[in-house]
Amino acid sequence: MTEISTSTDVTEQVPEVPGSGTGRVALSPQAAELLVSLTAVHGPLMFHQSGGCCDGSAPMCYPDGDFKIGGSDVHLGDLVVEGLERPIGFYMSASQYEYWKHTHLTVDVVKGRGSGFSVEAPEGVRFIIRSRLFTDDELRELGDR
Amino acid sequence: MATYAAPGQADSVVSFKPRYDHYIGGEYVAPAKGQYFENPTPITGQTFTEVARGTADDVEKALDAAEGAAPAWGRTAVTERANILNQMADRIEANLEKIAVAESWENGKAVRETLAADIPLAIDHLRYFSGAIRAQEGHLSQIDEDTVAYHFHEPLGVVGQIIPWNFPILMAIWKLAPALAAGNAVVLKPAEQTPASIHVLLDVVGDLLPPGVLNVVNGFGVEAGKPLASSSRIRKIAFTGETTTGRLISQYASENLIPVTLELGGKSPNIFFDDVAAQQDAFYDKALEGFAMFALNQGEVCTCPSRALVQGGIYDEFVAQGVKRAEQVRMGNPLDTETMMGAQASNDQLEKILSYIDIGRQEGARVLTGGERADLGGELSGGYYVQPTVFEGQNSMRIFQEEIFGPVLSVARFSDYADAMAQANDTLYGLGAGVWSRDTNTAYRAGRDIQAGRVWVNNYHAYPAHAAFGGYKQSGIGRENHKMMLDHYQQTKNILQSYSNDALGFF
Repeated sequence: MTEISTSTDVTEQVPEVPGSGTGRVALSPQAAELLVSLTAVHGPLMFHQSGGCCDGSAPMCYPDGDFKIGGSDVHLGDLVVEGLERPIGFYMSASQYEYWKHTHLTVDVVKGRGSGFSVEAPEGVRFIIRSRLFTDDELRELGDR
Repeated sequence: MATYAAPGQADSVVSFKPRYDHYIGGEYVAPAKGQYFENPTPITGQTFTEVARGTADDVEKALDAAEGAAPAWGRTAVTERANILNQMADRIEANLEKIAVAESWENGKAVRETLAADIPLAIDHLRYFSGAIRAQEGHLSQIDEDTVAYHFHEPLGVVGQIIPWNFPILMAIWKLAPALAAGNAVVLKPAEQTPASIHVLLDVVGDLLPPGVLNVVNGFGVEAGKPLASSSRIRKIAFTGETTTGRLISQYASENLIPVTLELGGKSPNIFFDDVAAQQDAFYDKALEGFAMFALNQGEVCTCPSRALVQGGIYDEFVAQGVKRAEQVRMGNPLDTETMMGAQASNDQLEKILSYIDIGRQEGARVLTGGERADLGGELSGGYYVQPTVFEGQNSMRIFQEEIFGPVLSVARFSDYADAMAQANDTLYGLGAGVWSRDTNTAYRAGRDIQAGRVWVNNYHAYPAHAAFGGYKQSGIGRENHKMMLDHYQQTKNILQSYSNDALGFF
């Protein structure tokens, strides 16, 4: 498995797996690899982006369907992982999305011990969001401007 | 002053065991699957003990013990329950240093805070609910001359509690004190980042409670928290954490039709009106300290005053002086009583905070101070330290909207009262807020207009046991602290009694 960093130089853009996501959200190579091994344990997976206290702002990874998506959620896209049959849906509450929608998200993974019910925590790693601002061109393409 | 010896050294006031099992039915029980996980201290990054990795089988065993203990505990005279809470408080007080150092070592926070705040507040909390339960009375209503409605408080039975890692002892006691006072039996899951210090506490107080009244199952959320939160055997679940897990726990609770209390954090505004600087006096100095309060507990507080809103008339000078105050926050070995700010609780927290500092810069916020990871040298180089950081920007930026849970303050300017309220309330959350003004009318109006459960006026970060604490908006459901908390752990039993011998005459 790709070495997971204990400390990332955040000033450098985290690489993404080409074609792993949409214009809004995609995966780092380490995150994609981890999702393959987690799927082997837990079956098909999903993400819901959290907010608030403690481990808020972390993307929570659950067995698909464990977390009930409702009318108050936005589907940011499906993450495609080589070796997995089904793509992994990425969701966020609509109210939170209003404050996040000008940023592109990369799901990455670091060493650590996440709280919450996210499935990767027992592996000693934690999914984390890296963000960058959309360019004007990207926003036009996404239809936000 | 003094630096406490690190646990593991001969002269330390606390020694952790090499391994902790689950605490079930008043004794330590090995995990069903025989697995343990390592527990590192964020102070150096080194592992200091290992802890049982609980699963559904362990949770079931704890629920068995709790169900066995709940009926008798619920019938125990309130005087007796109150006395036990007082004895717990006395024991903790007699072992204050030991527990304070244990919590500091496990969480990374400065021992100065655990000695002066976390543990003394926990002690006071137990004493408050000891008093509150004895003073609590039921009600009766006379419906008519011959009919009386009696309202009794009854315990719920077995309740589940999931504790966060930012105040491992105090948050546990916030939930335990009212639950135990009200006569419930508890299955508690500590956070996986801070699973050990509660066992130091149990060493001190565990024998005071009848076996099975308090059970602690350690482990990860997905493996131990989920089977607890989704169990049909609990009558209530209490959780402190973030919004997605809060929603998930609510979904489980809805399947079992049980109540849930949630404390899910915030993005608390700290508002400084022009008149704060009308005089350069003690109050002005207090307000500057209020500005720097974002550094308390390394910013890992649900009510961290992480958005400072400062009025235009004093903005430049007040912010400059506030930044200077923040720069005086002394970082260092958390076990040194002179250290003001310690380590972030885990590596992933550190990474998240650095990611937010990054997006803040990208969005064009200006770093007024800090903005980097701190390397404190020597053994501490392996720990997770961040400089106290102050950004200047706009309220629409993500660093103004998301709970970073680190020592990161975002500062913005406001023009007038209406602008202050608009910015303060432009957030998904509503847990805490601060208002600083010499004008009582302004302070009062702002306190009422801010949509948050706790508004501190001319102070911040005080947590007395008899002031209600909880969130508006997406900050959660229910309250903690205050005697009203007993309601969250009690059922209402109504006995509607007729004292008449006469038939109604209907049939």
